[in-house]
Amino acid sequence: MIASTGPGLMTFITVFVLAAFVGYEVVSKVPSILHTPLMSGSNAIHGIILVGTMIVLGQAHGTAQLTLGFLAVVLATLNVVGGFVVTDRMLHMFRAKPTDRKAPAADAGASSGSGAKPDGGNAGGSGAAS
Amino acid sequence: MSRATATDLVYLVAIVGFILALKGLSSPKRARLGNLVGAAGMLVAVAWTFSLPQVYSHTRNLLLIIVAIVIGAVIGVPAARLVKMTAMPQMVAIFNGVGGGAAALVSLTEFISVPGKSLAIYKICEILFGVLVGSVSLAGSTIAFAKLQELMTGRPITYPAQQPINAAIGLAIVALLVVTVVTASTTVLVIVLVLSLALGAIFVLPIGGADTPVLISLLNAFTGLAVAASGFTLDSTLLIVAGTLVGASGTLLTRMMSQAMGRSLANILFSAFGSVVTATGEGPDASGRSVRAGTADDIGVLLAYARKVAIVPGYGLAVAQAQHTARELADALSARGVEVYYAIHPVAGRMPGHMNVLLAEANVPYDQLEEMDDANQDMATTDVALVVGANDTVNPAAKNTPGSPIYGMPIIHADQATNIVFLKRSMRPGFAGIDNELLYDPKTTMLFGDAKDSLSKLVSAVKAA
Repeated sequence: MIASTGPGLMTFITVFVLAAFVGYEVVSKVPSILHTPLMSGSNAIHGIILVGTMIVLGQAHGTAQLTLGFLAVVLATLNVVGGFVVTDRMLHMFRAKPTDRKAPAADAGASSGSGAKPDGGNAGGSGAAS
Repeated sequence: MSRATATDLVYLVAIVGFILALKGLSSPKRARLGNLVGAAGMLVAVAWTFSLPQVYSHTRNLLLIIVAIVIGAVIGVPAARLVKMTAMPQMVAIFNGVGGGAAALVSLTEFISVPGKSLAIYKICEILFGVLVGSVSLAGSTIAFAKLQELMTGRPITYPAQQPINAAIGLAIVALLVVTVVTASTTVLVIVLVLSLALGAIFVLPIGGADTPVLISLLNAFTGLAVAASGFTLDSTLLIVAGTLVGASGTLLTRMMSQAMGRSLANILFSAFGSVVTATGEGPDASGRSVRAGTADDIGVLLAYARKVAIVPGYGLAVAQAQHTARELADALSARGVEVYYAIHPVAGRMPGHMNVLLAEANVPYDQLEEMDDANQDMATTDVALVVGANDTVNPAAKNTPGSPIYGMPIIHADQATNIVFLKRSMRPGFAGIDNELLYDPKTTMLFGDAKDSLSKLVSAVKAA
């Protein structure tokens, strides 16, 4: 059945198994401080479903398919942009070096959104005072 | 070069980008670069997809795709940028959930777009797997989001005959999966989808707030597998590889997280942790033990004349947004020659590594951050352990009380310090819902109040001392 109905199926299964090993090996040693960013980063990667949703919506016809496909593209886009932006914000926090404390603090306050702004400014101020 | 070959090559570049992203995210030095490489891979793959005839040949559909992407971006970018650092765990949960939902919808739409029974059986199986796992991930992540966002109680939710009811739903799904394979009926598939959503919800309800991060990691792996299933359905190597990468790495990460909490994954998922123990934690004062409450001035003097102070931060510090004030206190103490370090429990906060992120935001110098094992070696020579909004991560029951639900969990040995100071809002037990002996220890002084207020008072007290 496999050979007659799905010429690519065996190849896909091979790819699947190999990818499983790669995924397992590539994160085999992660320090605990990076567990959260890694979870968030891999969360963004499965946003690749966006490509699948685009193909499905591109070929959709009829209200049901169009509606479902449209919804799927919206959800997948949320996954992609939300995933990468959240991860980048988390990792941004790791960049500041103790030696050049003041500049990155101002930078963090400016670029990580208004939610972090007051605190970021505060940190810059006290950093300068100490 | 044919378009198909070009597409395969571009997608291969994206795949390499994803692998490098995961690799980069595993090391502190290259983590940020890794994430950017992953994003670049994603951008390349999505941009190239617009050049495929399946996507651009119907103008109306192409417009819908663009509108949908714009809507997703307009909602997603501000949501991700404006959310507070403390709310990150639930953001990861919800972004994971929508990914699972998208995968389920892809499988469902693919199913109804093929007329009648012309699908091969293995295709139907792939579709069913995508619908099932994607829906479980969507519903589970939504409940996890609601718990962490405190839209509902973070305590485990149990109800009579929980196990039989769950088993019945599980069996119903299995039966309907078989029916779908045989009849290829869309109606049955939709019922499967609804039941899968229910399964995802009831799977998560009995899991307590403290364990939700491990759960999110597991659901993240689930979504990866759902995406891989969609890849099989659409004959897309790109989706298969990317989804499987996440499925495999997410499974491993889930195991590492539960190890950091000293418990097995099965124990976290199925023990309804905390629901029973809460009862014993309800009335700590009923047993007649007393706690010693101090004033900020007293504690300020204690800190100012200490030689070595350990700050043990917990979720209370994160909630109060007190990381900057904590650093002010550390700076004030350092200025007086007191040696200060932060003792970081791997699962302090609500996610592994959460506390490091928050303290890094406050520009706490790296060399003051000590991982649990190093911190515990220093604890015996520490004069004051200042526990800020932490509870379960310093609870000696983890090593002294076999039978306690957290028994065996590695903890910060704050009890070995000469003095212990707890900054806490109340005597309420922590996330795990169990009582903490350490609060009644004669060496312990309590300072009640919001962590940020208490810390500012201590800063003034130290400066005045």
